[in-house]
Amino acid sequence: MAKKPSGSKRPPKKSAAKKKSKTQRMPSLRAPADTLWLMYRKMSEIRLFEEQVWDVYTRGLMPGLAHLYIGEEAVAVGTCTALRDDDYITSTHRGHGHCLAKGGQLDRMMAEIMGKEAGYCRGKGGSMHIADMSVGILGANGIVGGGFGIATGAALSSKLRNSDQVSVCFFGDGASNQGIMLETVNMAAAWDLPAIYICENNQYGEHTPYQAVTGVEDIADRAKGLGLEGVIVDGSDVLAMFDSVNQAVDKARTGGGPTLIEAKTYRFHGHHVGDAQTYRTRDEAEWWRTNKDPIKLLSDYMVDNGVAKQEELDAIYEQVEREVLNAIEFGKDAPLPPPEQAYEDLYA
Amino acid sequence: MPEREMLFREAISEAMREEMQRDSSVFLIGEDVGPSGGIFKCCEGLFEQFGPQRVLDAPIAEAGYIGLSVGAAMTQMRPIAELMFGDFALLAMDQIVNQAAKIRYMTGGQCKVPMTIRLAMGAGRSSAAQHSQSLQSIFAHVPGLKVAMPSTPRDAKGLLKSAIRDDNPVLFFEDKMMYNDKGAVPEEDDFIIPFGQAEVKRSGTDATIVATSSMVTVALAAADKLAEEGLDIEVVDPRTLMPLDEETIVSSVRKTGYALVVDEAPQSYGATAEIAARIGEKAFDYLDAPVMRIGAADLPIPFSPPLEFPTIPDVERVVRAIKDQRGS
Ligand SMILES: Cc1ncc(C[n+]2csc(CCOP(=O)(O)OP(=O)(O)O)c2C)c(N)n1
Ligand SMILES: [Mg+2]
Repeated sequence: MAKKPSGSKRPPKKSAAKKKSKTQRMPSLRAPADTLWLMYRKMSEIRLFEEQVWDVYTRGLMPGLAHLYIGEEAVAVGTCTALRDDDYITSTHRGHGHCLAKGGQLDRMMAEIMGKEAGYCRGKGGSMHIADMSVGILGANGIVGGGFGIATGAALSSKLRNSDQVSVCFFGDGASNQGIMLETVNMAAAWDLPAIYICENNQYGEHTPYQAVTGVEDIADRAKGLGLEGVIVDGSDVLAMFDSVNQAVDKARTGGGPTLIEAKTYRFHGHHVGDAQTYRTRDEAEWWRTNKDPIKLLSDYMVDNGVAKQEELDAIYEQVEREVLNAIEFGKDAPLPPPEQAYEDLYA
Repeated sequence: MPEREMLFREAISEAMREEMQRDSSVFLIGEDVGPSGGIFKCCEGLFEQFGPQRVLDAPIAEAGYIGLSVGAAMTQMRPIAELMFGDFALLAMDQIVNQAAKIRYMTGGQCKVPMTIRLAMGAGRSSAAQHSQSLQSIFAHVPGLKVAMPSTPRDAKGLLKSAIRDDNPVLFFEDKMMYNDKGAVPEEDDFIIPFGQAEVKRSGTDATIVATSSMVTVALAAADKLAEEGLDIEVVDPRTLMPLDEETIVSSVRKTGYALVVDEAPQSYGATAEIAARIGEKAFDYLDAPVMRIGAADLPIPFSPPLEFPTIPDVERVVRAIKDQRGS
């Protein structure tokens, strides 16, 4: 059995020396203070939720597989913080983070992951298929690249309905090699659809390094050939994500067409819980955990800029932890669906 | 013939290894088939033995690498493409159905397409609707394709070697619940099982169960239960759906007078319908009751175990069907 994930405790604290800087206010923050708090809270929520999923999986409390988002929190949170409730996203097999960031509820997500009737999909979908249409989550997806058509179609729908809703497609470096990316992104570019393609380049598709199967170093480079703007962002920096997505959203809402944003990131865990990770070195993973933990980077920023005291951040973290634990209890206590429900929901 | 015990997945990898040794035109392509040995461990050791020229880690681009396999097969190579979950074949449908299946015929027999596509099929692991399908009937419906469905390690090895040597595109279905099943496999290097030869997995006189892939195990368990009640059941495993060994199936039914067909795909329009129809056509006068069939419920496979399990055929349902058929 694998060790308890590192980062399973709260992110490392600021050193006392650096803390002093909180008194010298920076001239301007990269995002309003309340937005920073919100992003810190959301990222903590995702981190703590995923740690609990690890635990729930390891204790055999959930069926199926669990693909954890730990390490990539800044991508989902930076992106979704720039969106409205009525904007759309499509997510992936590694979707818990996207769904939480877009407004998914901890308890109904956990119930779904455990296969319970109270879950978002009434136990029919599980971890890889969480959806909440009421907040624009058009669904996680078990098919790599499965979100391209749906997200682009939602963007087309906005345009046809004269709505200013935008549509975000999250996809991996692996998914970027699916042919449907070319087909759909081309249409978005040709027709100026309000779509934003967020490539989460965590450098591996399952066990294969993306460089081994991908002709370009930067997936954002493909944007040029497809006729849209391509941007590379540090996916561990939630503020950089927020900034880029804000620009893309402004453009999309005002008829300026799609953007492709490549977030350079890393999954701190294996492809799924239980993956032995023979395809990468411990040092590599450790480097990312030490230097690129998105939650630590944000909390450092908040402390350095006098937005927060470390104790305040810790208090939030603990509060979120209690909420997550409540969601686990909710999931555990919720009843399994009765077998006859298998026959419901097929046709409208 | 001396035999060894091995796992289903080991039988798969041994078949590939032997055929790759025997014929340098055989190569393997698929997602994570290289150093990591495949997610179901069917390719373990092949990359180490044959190197990156013959064991290729593909990008996640099913239409792409199946397409490449078609082209390579047309030009003197003999690809084995692993599709991980069979559900992903649906992303490569054009390549399989419009290209691989038809190119020889359309070009008046000028070329052949000797390729094998291996796909993991079946429910039972809470993998939900996009990782659990049993798509065999869809491919068996397409003229130009062959479809194999091994039910034991022995059949897996013998049929896969045949598939690789076949000059036509073969869809090779591996039930993911069987990968760790153990069974005896002949030692001999050249052990092959020709396509179109059903096997009577248990002989009996009172009723025939025709079952495919993992449903053979279900049928055999049901036969054991029914034996306790004095019914002597024959279990026939077609082993390949296309070509189908109609003769063995029909002669079994002529002997027993009862037929039940079991396959894990959704029941409507599936392999069970085709086999039942053939029995109806060829053994009508011998039947003491209508042919019955059992498939999965006509549903996408749900995630949660209490929803998933009742939707797939199991021993209880087979036992009940056999009894219902006799009105007992
Ligand atoms: C069409 C399809 N092919 C293959 C898979 C199996 N699979 C699941 S996740 C995955 C890797 C995806 O890599 P990437 O897009 O980079 O996302 P990441 O897991 O790194 O977040 C693969 C190959 C699948 N689910 N769907
Ligand atoms: Mg990846």
